[in-house]
Parts: sequence; C-alpha cells; structure tokens
Amino acid sequence: MSEAPIIEIRGLRKVYRVGKVDVEALRGVDLQVSRGEFLSIVGPSGSGKSTLFHIVGGLTPPTAGVVRVAGDDVGAMSDATRTRMRKQTVSFVFQKFNLLPNLTAGDNIELARYLGGKDHSQDAGFQEALDLLGIAHRMGHKPSELSGGEQQRVAIARAIVNHPAILLADEPTGNLDSANSGAVLEVLRDLNERLGQTILMITHNPDAAAYGHRTVHMQDGRILEPG
Amino acid sequence: MTFKLILENMRYRPLRSLLSALLIAIPVTLILTLVGMSQGMLAESARRTRGIGADIMVRPPNAAFMGFSGAPTPEKMVSALAQEPHIAVATGVIVQGLGGLENVQGVDLEQFDKMSGGFEYIQGGPFKGPDDILVEESYARQHKLRLGSPVQVLGHSWRVAGIFASGKLTRIVLPLDVVQKLTANIGHVSIIYLKVDNPANVGSDIDALSKKFEGFRFLSMTEYLSMVSADSVPFLHPFINVIVGIGVVIGFAVVCLSMYMAVLQRTREIGILKSLGASKSYVLGLIVAEALAMGLAGTVGGILLSFVGRWLIMTLVPASLTQAIVPEWWPRTAAIVLGASLLGALYPGLRAARQDPIEALAYE
Repeated sequence: MSEAPIIEIRGLRKVYRVGKVDVEALRGVDLQVSRGEFLSIVGPSGSGKSTLFHIVGGLTPPTAGVVRVAGDDVGAMSDATRTRMRKQTVSFVFQKFNLLPNLTAGDNIELARYLGGKDHSQDAGFQEALDLLGIAHRMGHKPSELSGGEQQRVAIARAIVNHPAILLADEPTGNLDSANSGAVLEVLRDLNERLGQTILMITHNPDAAAYGHRTVHMQDGRILEPG
Repeated sequence: MTFKLILENMRYRPLRSLLSALLIAIPVTLILTLVGMSQGMLAESARRTRGIGADIMVRPPNAAFMGFSGAPTPEKMVSALAQEPHIAVATGVIVQGLGGLENVQGVDLEQFDKMSGGFEYIQGGPFKGPDDILVEESYARQHKLRLGSPVQVLGHSWRVAGIFASGKLTRIVLPLDVVQKLTANIGHVSIIYLKVDNPANVGSDIDALSKKFEGFRFLSMTEYLSMVSADSVPFLHPFINVIVGIGVVIGFAVVCLSMYMAVLQRTREIGILKSLGASKSYVLGLIVAEALAMGLAGTVGGILLSFVGRWLIMTLVPASLTQAIVPEWWPRTAAIVLGASLLGALYPGLRAARQDPIEALAYE
C-alpha cells in the first residue's frame, strides 16, 4: 500500500510502576496498520495486548518508542491532546460493554456524540449503521434491559457515532455466547467492509481472529510475527 | 446532555440523592427557622405593643425600654401623669415573667380598655372577680381552656373569665392589684402607657413631661417600635452567624461525603466517560454540577421544611413561638448552601478528574 499507515509503532516500550516494582508490559513493539484494515491481535493474558490498545487509544502515554496514530505522535501528546484524540480519532469497544447503566442505549450513544462535539442533526450514515447493528428499536432501553449481544452492539454504535478513524475492540465477544459473538463479529466485519472502518480487535478466540484481514500474535510484551 | 446525565445519575441512586438533599435541607431549615422565629417574635411583640393604643411609654430613671420585668415605677405616677395637659389616658401595667418567653401582665382593665378600645372577646368578657383571668385564643387552644376552666399561674388558682383575640398586650392578662399583691409589688407597676389628645404633638408632649418629671424616661411608641428589631436583641446576630456557620459546615460535610461516595461508586463510569473523550474539566464539572443540583434540591427542601415547622408550631404550640416566613433569606441560604456544596464537591470532583482511566475501567 502506498498510503501512509494509520497506525505506526516502532520500538514501543511501556513500564508500569506497581508498588515498588517496575513491570515491563511492552518490550519493544513494532507494528503498522493500514487505513481500512481489520487487524486481529491474539495472545495469552499478560502478553501486553490491552496495554498496546491503551497506548494507541491515548489512555496512557508510552514509556519509550514511537507511536503515530493518524499522523500524530502519541508520545508527544499532552493529556489534553490525548483526550481530544479519544474524542475524534479513536474509540473503544470493551469486553464488558461499559455502557453507562443509568442512561438508555440512545442516551449512551448521544453522550458520546455530545462529548465528540458533534451536532444533533440527523446523521444518515449513523442511521445506516444503527440499522446494520439491528438495535434501532432498542434505543429507549437501559443496558439492564438489553441482552449481552444487544449491549455490545450499542457499545459498537457508540464507538462509531463520531466516525473515528480507528475502532479498538478489546475482546468484544469475550462476554457473549456463540450466537451473539457471531452477530457482533459480523457487525464489525460489515463496518469494516461497508464503511471502511479501521478495526483493531483483541481476542483469545482463533475463530474470532479469523474475521480480520490478518492476525498478529503477542507474547511477553512483544509481537511474535512482524506487523 | 450533561444535564440529563446529572439527572439520571441522581435518579439512579435515589436513596443516596434523597438522603443527601434531606441532610442539606436541615441547615437550611435551621437557618430559616431561627431567622423566621426572631423576626416573627419581634413582629408579634411590635403588633401587641401597637395594639395597646398608647402614644408614649414611661419608665423610671435608669430602667431600660427593652424587657419590662420587675415593677420599679411608683403607681402614683399614673395618676400624676393623668393630670398633665394633653394626656387623654394613663394606665400602669405590671409585667411578670413566667419563665422562658411567657409572661403575664396585670392591668387596670377600665383604663386599658379606654386606651386600647378593649379586648375583642371570643368567649366571655372582662374580670368579674379577683381570681378571674383573661387568656388569648391561641393560649386557650394550646392549653385546652374554656370559660370557667381553672388555671394555675403565679402559684395562684384562677378561673378563665374571657378568651380574647390576639393582637393586644400579651397572652395572659390578670387584674393589676392582684398581681401586685402576689408579686409583692403593691403600689408599683412595670411601665406606664400614655395616650395623648393629639398624636401629632407627641414630641412636644414628651419634652414637657421630661422637664416636669426629671429622671423619668419618656419614649414615643413610634420610636420604641423602631427599636424592636433584631439589632435590639443581644447576641441574636452572633447566634444567627453561628447557625449559618453550622449550616456551611454541615452542607460541606454532607456534600463532600456524598459526592466522595458517588465518585467511588462511579469509578468505572468515570473511566467510561474518559474513554469517550471526557476531559478532566468535564468530569470535575459533572461532579460539581451534581453537588450543586443536590444543594439546590436541599435548599428547596429546607424552605418547604420551614413551612412545615411553622405549621407544626402553629398547630401544636400556637401560644409559644411565632415563626415568620422569611423569603428575603431564601437567596441567602441558597447562596450559603450552594457555596458549601461547591466546596464539598471540589475534592471528590478533582479526585474523579484525576482518575486514571485504565484503573477506572478495571474497577469492579
């Protein structure tokens, strides 16, 4: 591909301080992700997958190395700039859905739109995504009234409402049965194929990983195959 | 959207929100009740004094005009003053405290009626014998008294001869001479009231009386009523300030504790907001706005409770305290409580704003 990668990671290291002990979560990660790519990341617990997501998503800064997301150097960003990146450039889908329990599905999505600074006018593309997700009729319900699959689809809708360049899905099917897992993975593939959404997905499940264009394996804070 | 989020947050844990608002309401009620009582009782006192119908009050040398207990004025002054030019009516009254805020007043009913136009009797009428007592309607209601009911006052047994409408003098009225005997003040009164023939000339009448009765103190009723204010009651202002201070402390503590608990309970939700791109200032603003909303709810609740308190006083003990509703203090108490809420929300709010999003999202 001639286009510059939307994510470019070189020599990424991340050290956490746990009590008086330094824990090296990432030990020199190199990875490139092209725009419109659906990348699966697999690896055992503690391999550094989530830490990689947190850095790419601007939730925490890298300790060393270069991380460029949509052309911006994450390591050089202030806390406020990383906050802005989470509003505009990247979004998350979590294993535990992470919907605000006191808001309806519609309000959860509306809040993300509000925080992203988008106006309230009708968004035809988003309406299409809602139809794609099959949750348009569940917008008035609170998360406790939705099935796990519906909650995850609402979380996906919330993640794409502001048209982020990158969608980071951390074990999106980890809390779902096989039927719902299949539905959510289909939705992610549809989003990628129809809307060209760049997706990075962490999973333990090889079948789920197969939905991506390619899969990278992580272990002990490193990527086993070159990205 | 932010407003909706705040509202839904409060609705999501209704008991916490309700208890917090209720606890905030308590100092509001405390302040409004205290101020309302001080103003209500002063207004009530002024109304009763006005109801006497006098133009001038007379006190002996070195006696104060605020608080009339004791009988330092020779009764013969009453007849002496009555002989003076421009004095239409003169009457002496003896005031005897009963402990607390209650007192009885002994009057020469004939002279008092001339001055005031007389009591408006709801039941019965004036004294018919030395053991007769007149009571105000509210006192009769509180003590379940009717005509002929026995009453024990000043260690003496009385019989209710009349029940009168409120607005004049006091709640319990006795024959002057009997009170003088019972209190060992024969020939003395607490205060003398004068009614002049032309109220427009009160000033010159006072000047003339002051010259003739040197040492005695003459005060126009207008001047006296202007003195009946919170400023004339010793320690009232410092006391109100103390209550306001307590209100600030309670409001601060309640909001701080409540919002701290809310931040702990919502750790994960704060992580979610941050993952969605909520800035530190947005998270801080959210906590502060919720605290202010609770403060506002507490203020409204406190105002409503002050009405409930007033109703309870009027229903259960109508002849004791008088509480005025003081709308001019509503914005002040709101400012006090909202200020305390703002202070109380700052620490939890800053804690929430600084929350590490990854740790928050991992919180169970």
